[in-house]
Amino acid sequence: MEAALDVTLARQVPNAEVLQTIVLSVPSIVCGNCIRSVENALRALRGVVAARANLTTKRVSVVVDPSRTSTIDLTTALERAGFPAAPLVDNSDTDQAARTSELIPRAGVAGFAAANIMLLSVSVWSGQASDMDGSVKDLFHWLSALIALPAVAYAGQPFFKSAFAALRSRRLNMDVPISLGVLLATAMSLFQTMRSSEQIYFDAAVTLLFFLLIGRVLDERMRTKARGAAENLIGLRATNATLVEPDQTTKAVPASSLKPGMVIAVAAGERVAGDGEVISGRSEIDESLISGETRPRAVSIGDSVYAGTTNCGGSLRVRITAAEDNTLLSEIGRMMLAAEQSRGRYVRLADRASQIYAPAVHVLGLLTFIVWMALGAPWDQSLTHAIAVLIITCPCALALAVPAVQVAAMSRLFNKGVIVKAPDGLERLAEIDCVVFDKTGTLTTGELRLKTSDDVDTVALGRAGSIAAASKHPYAQALTKAARAEGIRIQAVDGVEEIPGSGLLTNSAGFEEKVGSAAWVGTRGRNTSIWYAAEGRPAVGFDFIDEQRTDAAACVSELRQAGYLVGLLSGDRREAVAQTAASCGIEDWTAEVRPDQKLQVIEALKARGYKSLMVGDGLNDAPALAAGHASLSPASAIDIAQNAADAVFQGEILRPVIETLAVAKAARRLALQNFGIAILYNSVFVPLAMAGYVTPLIAALAMSGSSITVTANALRLRSMTLPLPNVGT
Amino acid sequence: MTSLAWLIPAALTLGMMGLAAFLWALRSGQFDDLEGAKWRAISDDNDRLAMSERSPADDV
Repeated sequence: MEAALDVTLARQVPNAEVLQTIVLSVPSIVCGNCIRSVENALRALRGVVAARANLTTKRVSVVVDPSRTSTIDLTTALERAGFPAAPLVDNSDTDQAARTSELIPRAGVAGFAAANIMLLSVSVWSGQASDMDGSVKDLFHWLSALIALPAVAYAGQPFFKSAFAALRSRRLNMDVPISLGVLLATAMSLFQTMRSSEQIYFDAAVTLLFFLLIGRVLDERMRTKARGAAENLIGLRATNATLVEPDQTTKAVPASSLKPGMVIAVAAGERVAGDGEVISGRSEIDESLISGETRPRAVSIGDSVYAGTTNCGGSLRVRITAAEDNTLLSEIGRMMLAAEQSRGRYVRLADRASQIYAPAVHVLGLLTFIVWMALGAPWDQSLTHAIAVLIITCPCALALAVPAVQVAAMSRLFNKGVIVKAPDGLERLAEIDCVVFDKTGTLTTGELRLKTSDDVDTVALGRAGSIAAASKHPYAQALTKAARAEGIRIQAVDGVEEIPGSGLLTNSAGFEEKVGSAAWVGTRGRNTSIWYAAEGRPAVGFDFIDEQRTDAAACVSELRQAGYLVGLLSGDRREAVAQTAASCGIEDWTAEVRPDQKLQVIEALKARGYKSLMVGDGLNDAPALAAGHASLSPASAIDIAQNAADAVFQGEILRPVIETLAVAKAARRLALQNFGIAILYNSVFVPLAMAGYVTPLIAALAMSGSSITVTANALRLRSMTLPLPNVGT
Repeated sequence: MTSLAWLIPAALTLGMMGLAAFLWALRSGQFDDLEGAKWRAISDDNDRLAMSERSPADDV
């Protein structure tokens, strides 16, 4: 009743038509107190009529008066209360949710009908052995018909619609034999009821629908959950922008509302909200999510900056340029569009199975009819046997074989922080024999770490780290972190001046101290490192490397041992990539590649017969992610990459990549086992049905037995220990 | 056998009532947030209370 809050409220409030419902994603709701804090924080706002948090979906639906409040006010209030929130941009999943809620009542009706018809059927079957007279049996059959006909008409609709759509486009899917079996069984049972015969299959038809609907509901529910979680992740990547009005006043607006020509202010440490051109200020931009380059790029007036990059130096004013003008994004978009087309041609396992199964079943049914007619049986008896074949061929087990496994696999991965988004993603992941990693943000955490050596000058490091504590620049932060890691106390340093693009300067100790690039500090050294120079003393250099995920090397060696071809493709500098490749044990690496070159490498692997898994997080990986046979992104990836990937993994380690491959391969194995079980059932019962020995009781037992067996087999996936299987097994 | 004449309708009616109750519960959103419901049960706050405290007229 309470989720219908909007409706109830709309009735209570007189000017209901002006109210608007805003759905926010708030991933940090984890308990009852969070619900209270979130709802109370929102209800305290002006213009908020009602707020309702949903702990299951981690979303809050807020009924607001749009004239008095806006989405930004809501997210700011929540952020102040300690709950980062993001509006959900498109409500693409609302029709998805509607479909689930349409499946559940159908399953409920089918369940009710199945239970009651089974009650009557069991009475008839046991009555045959005792003393039930013909009139009572007929009464029970008519009652079954009375329940079954409306139930089949209502609960069977999703299957009938899908089968009809498939037939119209001259395809066959699993719903065609299901629909045909159910409709023929119902029609024949009605006909036999009128003739007071014993071949009544109402129970089989309705039970079949019930089992299949349960499978569909679970499948749909898991997918909705995964899609919701993926949207929540991406929602948090979206940023607010600080809009600078022509009169120089600033206000916070959602990044999605930015238009070309608007001017935004980007403070140090903030993410750039839109693509544009710098019109004032000097700074350095961390573009690792765009290009994979870990070293920040210096920008000044006239330079282009891209959405998704981080400003690490001084504050900037950026004029937003139109997306069409932007060569980088539009180029990436074009490449992705072309790359995605090949993936659309993938035929799923269940569809491939039904393309063999459906004609086989129908030919067998027809054959049964012809043979019985040829043997001189009356036409109605021949037809009964033919329909018994269609009912007994266990479309139930076959139709459950794949979805049951997929639900088990997706929920196992979901619990490990891997969100599988693409419907056929698991099946494509199961075929992988080659893994291509991106470097920055994928094999590495994207954070810089001091290259440790024994002769590190701790005094200089302590002083440099203390000065660097004043800056948000990635090198400065890494320096401070490294100093802390060495056990050095960081002291507050006054009067640190940050010169964007150069470094830090202070005179607080009575003499000049500089932390920054070699040229600025005044030494002749490699430009890859940061230098500390105190007046009158030689400069001390610090080398940084991109910190690897702790288990990167272990994961790579495990993949290689299992026979996978492992590659590394990075847009970063040659020496940085070589270093990472060496420490991870990857022999096949390429550095300084552009997005189109990444795409070419993936296409080349495809041409050599490899089915490659692309793992990447940046905008430059997006075309390769779309082109790979399957793709994975870390949750820290840019939204375009997350959208292109089949699955998103969360957490600091690389292990989920292996877990995903292992589960996908196990799922494929179990799905094939389930097909095997279904075929075994058929090979026992189809000859019986063709010979005319199948009674409604045998049909009911075979149907339930095979469905329960395949479901139980699929559920094994939840508790199995899964080592990474070798390629090709 | 005559008892069947009222036993079967009675059984079906009871079943239908159960089905109707389920469909009503589903449609009115009882199953929308199963996680949150267990916490709300022990929370002192009450939606009805929160709403009556802030009737839309208060803001004007």
